[in-house]
This record gives sequence, structure tokens and C-alpha cells, in this order.
Amino acid sequence: MSVPAGGRVDAAAVRFRDSWSRLLRQGHGAAVSPGVLGPLVYRTAELLSRAHGEDPFDPGPAERAGALLVDAQFTDPVVLAHAVELLQQWPAPDDRGPALTGAFAAGWSAALRDRTLREQEAIRRAVDLARREAERALYASEARFRAMFERAAIGIGFADLEGNLLVVNSTLQDMFAATAEDMRGLNVESLVHPEDSSGVWETYHELVQGERENFQCDKPYYRRDGEVIWTHLTVSLIRDEQDTPRYQVAMLEDITDQHRLQERLRHQATHDPLTGLPNRTAFFERLEALFDDPGPGARFGLCSLDLDGFKNINNSLGHEAGDQLLGAVADRLHSGVAPLGHLVARLGGDEFAVLMERSRGPQEGIAVAQRVLGTLAPPFLIGDQQLVVRASMGVVEQPVSATTASAAMRSVDLTLYRAKKEGRGRWTLFDPQRNAVAVSQYAMSVRIPMALDRGEFFLDYQPLCALDDGAMVAVEALVRWRHPELGVLGPDEFIMTAEDSGLIIPLGRWVLLHACEQAARWADRFGDAAPRMNVNLAVRQARNAGLIADIDRILRSSDLDPGRLQLEITESAMLGPRDPALQALHELVGMGVSLTVDDFGTGWSNLAYLRDLPVSGLKIDGSFVSELHASGEDPVGWRIIGGMVSLAHSLGLSVTAEGVETAADAQRLRAIGCDCAQGWYYGRPVRPGEITRRIVEAAGGTRADGEG
Amino acid sequence: MTRRRWVPEGTDQDVPNVARVYDCYLGGSHNFAADRELAREAVEMWPDLPLIMRANRAFLRRAVQFLAGEGITRFLDIGSGLPTFGPVHEVARVVQPEARVVYVDIDPVAVQHSRLLVADDPLCAVVEADMRDPAGLLARPAVAELLRPREPVAALLLAVLHFVTDEEDPARIVRELSAALPAGSALALSHGSREGRPDVVEKHEDLYARASAPLTMRTREEIVALFEGFRLLEPGVVYLPEWRPQDPAAVGPHPELFSGLAGVGLKP
Repeated sequence: MSVPAGGRVDAAAVRFRDSWSRLLRQGHGAAVSPGVLGPLVYRTAELLSRAHGEDPFDPGPAERAGALLVDAQFTDPVVLAHAVELLQQWPAPDDRGPALTGAFAAGWSAALRDRTLREQEAIRRAVDLARREAERALYASEARFRAMFERAAIGIGFADLEGNLLVVNSTLQDMFAATAEDMRGLNVESLVHPEDSSGVWETYHELVQGERENFQCDKPYYRRDGEVIWTHLTVSLIRDEQDTPRYQVAMLEDITDQHRLQERLRHQATHDPLTGLPNRTAFFERLEALFDDPGPGARFGLCSLDLDGFKNINNSLGHEAGDQLLGAVADRLHSGVAPLGHLVARLGGDEFAVLMERSRGPQEGIAVAQRVLGTLAPPFLIGDQQLVVRASMGVVEQPVSATTASAAMRSVDLTLYRAKKEGRGRWTLFDPQRNAVAVSQYAMSVRIPMALDRGEFFLDYQPLCALDDGAMVAVEALVRWRHPELGVLGPDEFIMTAEDSGLIIPLGRWVLLHACEQAARWADRFGDAAPRMNVNLAVRQARNAGLIADIDRILRSSDLDPGRLQLEITESAMLGPRDPALQALHELVGMGVSLTVDDFGTGWSNLAYLRDLPVSGLKIDGSFVSELHASGEDPVGWRIIGGMVSLAHSLGLSVTAEGVETAADAQRLRAIGCDCAQGWYYGRPVRPGEITRRIVEAAGGTRADGEG
Repeated sequence: MTRRRWVPEGTDQDVPNVARVYDCYLGGSHNFAADRELAREAVEMWPDLPLIMRANRAFLRRAVQFLAGEGITRFLDIGSGLPTFGPVHEVARVVQPEARVVYVDIDPVAVQHSRLLVADDPLCAVVEADMRDPAGLLARPAVAELLRPREPVAALLLAVLHFVTDEEDPARIVRELSAALPAGSALALSHGSREGRPDVVEKHEDLYARASAPLTMRTREEIVALFEGFRLLEPGVVYLPEWRPQDPAAVGPHPELFSGLAGVGLKP
């Protein structure tokens, strides 16, 4: 208690102390421990009393009181305002009042300024320490990563997204036999190699565009010294904190030794040790690969060759000389043909083969054959003997789609056999007609029932398109035979035999059933957008008593709308008005199936009968259009076609032209008024999936899924 | 509690830092312009905030001194921030002069600041750790050392769990920490609640979206549930000033305005 001179309790002083205590106990004071707050209230009130009453006036205690408040974190300016107010309300014995209040305020402010500066310094120092600590940690982690990067057993390189190499580790430099300077700034995209797996660069571009995070592959590179190194490559995308792609890191593991070993093993398995040429296994692998996914219109060539009289050489000069000769022949074949990109193989004994994986036509196959024979023409020096060697060759040059690997081998063997038979030292080109004859001589007909059992037949479909808008209105089912020895045979090669033997009846039934099932699937899926199905009806089928029952059953079992089926009857099957089979045709039409005359213009036609036949259309034989091609501009030919069209139209028949190969044909036929066209220009016979794709495409979609 | 960034955590002075904003509310100067700006906006919207923060500090003091009075000498202050006003070791030593304190914070600036403060104190340690990884936190040498003698430890989670989002699962954090505490240990917890001032809570949360850690205020039920496995001491989970006030009259007529809820539990 402050007791002023005279010992009398000063009521104003008591009032001040009470107010002072209240002031310090609210606000911030509420959070201060009572054990701290009580002494603080007492001590500051005491200091202020001294400044208030002591003589002479000393501002020091008032300043200290202000400072003590700040020390106890009474830093709110509101506290100062209230304190000044209380001091002013406490009358001083002299005129020291303003000086006292000023001293208190100055003490408070000076302490606050000190405190503020101290705290700012402290917090900045803390920030600084934290930052240095973080930098130290970053540096330590960077040092660890750098050590790992530098000492890694795998090659590591960082590049920007444009592919410019920024930094590479020493392992990578060693792998590429290059210095860091050589590699810095090198662009990743320049590191192509002809043996890069397909798609690797597309994948790379997906990565740098941020569409994928990483990829792995085996990839060869050229070293700086020209050597090739094989690597297992892993490339990862590095993103920044905003997830934006920034860099790429490539990790390369040297797998050259493994690769070489693998290649070596593969080489041993696929090469002939005597000549070093690919062996029969390798040759077949490559040949079969051609048929995996042929491009449209892809052609290939195959030459089979054997040395004339090799057995005699072997017998007279010994096996060693024979082997030397084979080696020498292999060398010449290889150096003569391999540079053209063709594969030369030894199939066994004195039998060699050349595979042309790409060919533009028979003349290319012939050129290769001539070249091969040319390389073998100069005499061979074996020991001290000059040997003149001649060889016979069979040459097959075909569209890939026309055959299979085994059928092609069979064809080339047959052709080689012909070459030998016709006189040695020559090449012979595969002739499909002669092959077909050879094939039919194979007593094919006896195999047809077995082939039906084994499912060796299949159907391709060729589009029939409306000439006015090109829409595919129908497809013609064309039967194929995947003959186990002869490869894929077209109808020309076996239908005649089938007709002759009567086997056309079960075969025809099979064709009808499968074509109708396919047509029903399309109709089911595409409705009106599905094409009509045209199926050939052979003469013998037309006359078969069971025909109506067969077709009725097939339509029912396949659940096909009869209106979607059209039967094509060749002109030669045309029946006279009193033919009993005519009744069957009328019944078919009565069922809702339509009929059309096939190969029109090729046989004897009694045009008058057309009027009495229940047909709705006719197909002009392909020979008409194709002959126009052969003879160039032929106004007479066109007039004949025009005549047929107008005749058909006058009978109310629609007309389809076959053999349409060019846009000009189509244009001309359209002008003549022909309704539909069929031929290569509108599409070759294809697998049903391809037809499905065309339907989808025509409907505006691009989806191409499975067959059906 | 933090966003991923390349600038060392907490050293970016342009991002309001929750520890430094808290210092602003308490009238300190351990802060930068961005912190003061956020504090100013928050106080403008919710003028009671400084009072609430002081009430939280007062709760800390009462809770620590109560537990020290119960014989606890080991304190683990998680989310200690800038312990400028009545740090735990000072408060505890009024009762237990040998009290040991380990301060834990995720903010490296707060950690460095605390280290400056207790640099010469052999009974104190400061650890930089993320409470969302309790196993990692407990494995820090100073923390492990505090727990080793298996004497009761007071775990302080004061005004920190509201910086843990629901996805980060605050209950899991408490559970995993609690599992490491010896029997007889205590948990003192305070937490921003959705009660009391529901009118400003969401706006306040929005404001903190730009700070170093976003805020998730919780309901009383959620806060009570955090004490699972502890025996809640009287008076249970209550508004900050209501927890064992030294002067019951000081509680005031509207404790709900303090909004923050607090409680202390003992591990059997």
C-alpha cells in the first residue's frame, strides 16, 4: 500500500490500485498464471505509486512498470490506452501527472519495440536455420543420389522432354564408348537402330507427351565406335510438383552378351552348319510369317532349286567334294540374291530355296530365277576340278491371299518337278491351270466327303454394289477348300469335279446352310443394312428332288428371311418351259427366295425363255467387261452390254455386271443404266469379318469387331 | 498438415503459417506480414479469436500444472508450435522442477525457434516430426528416450488435431500414440469445435485453406470419441475456460463463445 506523507490512507491511491488490478486481470491477463499475475499487479502498482508520490519526481519506476507489462506479454495497445487513462484519473500532488504518464508509456513502448525486434530476429533466425537445415538435408540427399547415379552398374541418363541428353553417368558413357561431352546435347531420338522393336518410338512419344509414366523394352544402340550394344531399357517420366512432365530418365542395362548368346542359339537352331544358310525350319518360319497378316494385295515369290546330277558328283568325286560344292553354291546364291533382300535357305541335300517376301508380279519372280541361274553359270573350282553345275528351278509368284505356306511349297515342288521333266537347267513358272489339272488328277472328288467332315471348306464373300450410290446390296458366297496338302483351293479347282461326281449335292447343301447362317447373323445385327446373300446353285442341285425340302429346312434352321436369299443359276442350267425342274424354281420363288441368271452371255441362251422363268435378275459374265479392257476403247463391246441391259430391263430384270475392275468401268456401266456391279473395284472375296467391317463403316461407325 | 513443395517447409514467408498466426493472436511478433494478414482477417470475422487462443494457453497451463501435481514429470507436447508464451517446461516446473519436455512439431521454423529457446536445457528436446505418422514420431530418439523408463507421460495435443483432416484419421493417430504410452499416462487435448459459434466456423475454415495447414473443426461427439481408451477426468470435455478454472467466477456467462473444447484423460 502506498502511504503518502502524513500516514493517511489516500482514497485516490486505493481506487487506482483496484482499477489497475482489474485492468491487468482481464484480456491477456486471464491467460496468465495467477502465481505470476498477482506479483506483477503488486509490483507495477508499487512502481507507479513511487513515481506518483516520491519527491523529487523520478520517471524511472514508471518506465520500469511499463516495461514489466510488456515482459509479461501485455503487448495489446488497448492495455496501454487504459493504463494511461487510469494514471490520468489519479491526481498527482504537483504537475508531474503528464510526465509520469509519459514515462510509463515510453517505458512500455521501448520495451515493446525491443521485444518486437527481438522476436522478429528470433523468428528470422529460426527461418534461416530451418532453411539451412533443409538445404543441408537436400545436399546430403543429393550427394547420396549423385553417388548412386555415378556408381550405378546400369547406365543412367537424364534428358529433357525434347530428348536432349542433359547428364549421363559414367556407366552409360562406357556403354556407348563416349565421353560425357560426346553425349551431352545428343538427342535421344537420333539413337535409332534398324532392329528397334516396332512401336518403341510411338511408346516413347506417349511418354514424353505425358500419356504414360514409363516403359521398358530391349533396344539396340550404336556405340560411338560403331559397335552395337543391346540393352534392356527402362524410361520413366519425371514430373514437377505441379505434376507437369519435366524430364525423362533412362536406365540401360547391358544385355549384349545375353543377346549374342540368344542369337547364337537361335542361329544354330535355324541354320545349316555346312553352308551357314538358314535351314528348312527357318525358311518355313519366314514363309509362314508372310501369311500371318498380309497387307491387301501383297504378293510373294518362292523359288525351289536343285542341282542337276548332284548325286553323280557326290558319287564320282566323293562326299567331301560334294560338300565343298554345296558350300560354294550357297555362297554364290547368297551373294547373288541376299543383297536384293531375299532369303536364301538350304532345305536339305542339294535343295535350295529363295523366298521373296515382297513381289510386284511374276516378272519379279522370273528375274530372281534368272539371276540365280546366272550366278551358278560360271564353273566351280572344287579341289583341282572345274565343275560346271546346272540347276532346275520352280518358281511360284502369287498373291499371298491366294494360297497358304504349305500349298505354296507344294506348288513350287510340282513346278520344279515340271522344270526337271521338261529338260534341266531351266526355270519354270507355276501355272495355276496346270496346277489345277494336276490337282484334279489327285482324285479330289473322293476327298470331298472327308473334307466336309473335317471342316476343310469355308466361305468367302464378295460384295455386289449398287452402281448409283456404291452401297453394298448383296454378297456372293464363294466356297474355298483349305486342302491339307494343296493349300487353299478356289471353286474353279474343285466344283466341276464335285458336279461330275454328284458330291455337289452335300457340298451345295453345306454352302447354303453356312451362307444362310451368316446372312441371318448380319440381318440380326444390322437389320436392313445387312446385305442380301447370293448363293450359286449348280445344275445338278436344281434338278435334285430334295432341293425344296433342303432349302426350306435351311431357311428355318438359320432363321433367315427367304427374301434375303438369292440363288444364282448358271445360264447352262436354264430350263426349258416343259422341264419338270421348272416347278421347283417356281416353288422357290413362292417361298420368297429370288433367282438370278449367272454367267449370262456365255452359253446358249434362249432369250425367249427368260420371259417364262421366275428369275428377277441376271448377271453379265465378267468376260464382257474384262475383254473391253484388253481391247482398249471398244464401242461395239459397250453397245453389246448396253443391249443386254436394256433387254433385261424390258423384261423387268435387274442387271449386275461382273468383273468390274476400275472406276471407269463403273462410270460407263452406270451411264448405260446397269443396276449393280461386282468385281475387284468393289471388293474381292473376303472373310466375313471384313464384310462386317464394311457394313459398320457404311453405317457411319468405324468399329470393326469379330466375324459375324 | 502441409502441402508438398520444394521450398523447405515453413520457410516460405508468403504462405501464412499456422504456428505464426497463432503467435499473432497472442500478441507476439514471431510472425510475418502474410501471417498477420491472415490473423487480421480472421479476427475481423471472429473478434473473440485472441481470447480463445489465450483461453487455450490458459487451459494448457492448468492442465500441465494439474498433471504435474498428480506426479507426472514427463511431457510430450505434440504440435508445440512457437512456445513463446508460457512454454510447457516453464509451466510444469512451477510444480515439478525436474520436469522433462519433448516438443514436437512438423514446422521446421517452429522447431528451430524452440531449439533456440531450450538450447541450454538438458531436460528439454525438440523434434521435427509429422504426427500423422505416429510410428515415425515415436521412433525419434528424444521421444523414445522420454518413454523408455515406462514412467507416466502426459501427451499434449493442444489445438493441433483440427489441422488433421478426416481422411488422415485423427482417431487413428491418438490410438497409435496412446498404445505407446505407459499405464498412468495422460492425454490433454483441445480442439476447435463446430459448437458455440456455428455461424463463423465454416468461414474460418475457408480462410485457413490458404494457410500452411487447413482446418477441420469437429463436433463434441467426435472430440469426445478421441479419448477412446482413456478415462476422462472431471469435468469431461468442456469449453476451454470451464476446465477446472482456478477462479470459477472467471469462467464468465458465455463459455460457449470460446468454442474450443478441451479435456484430460488418464490411461488406466
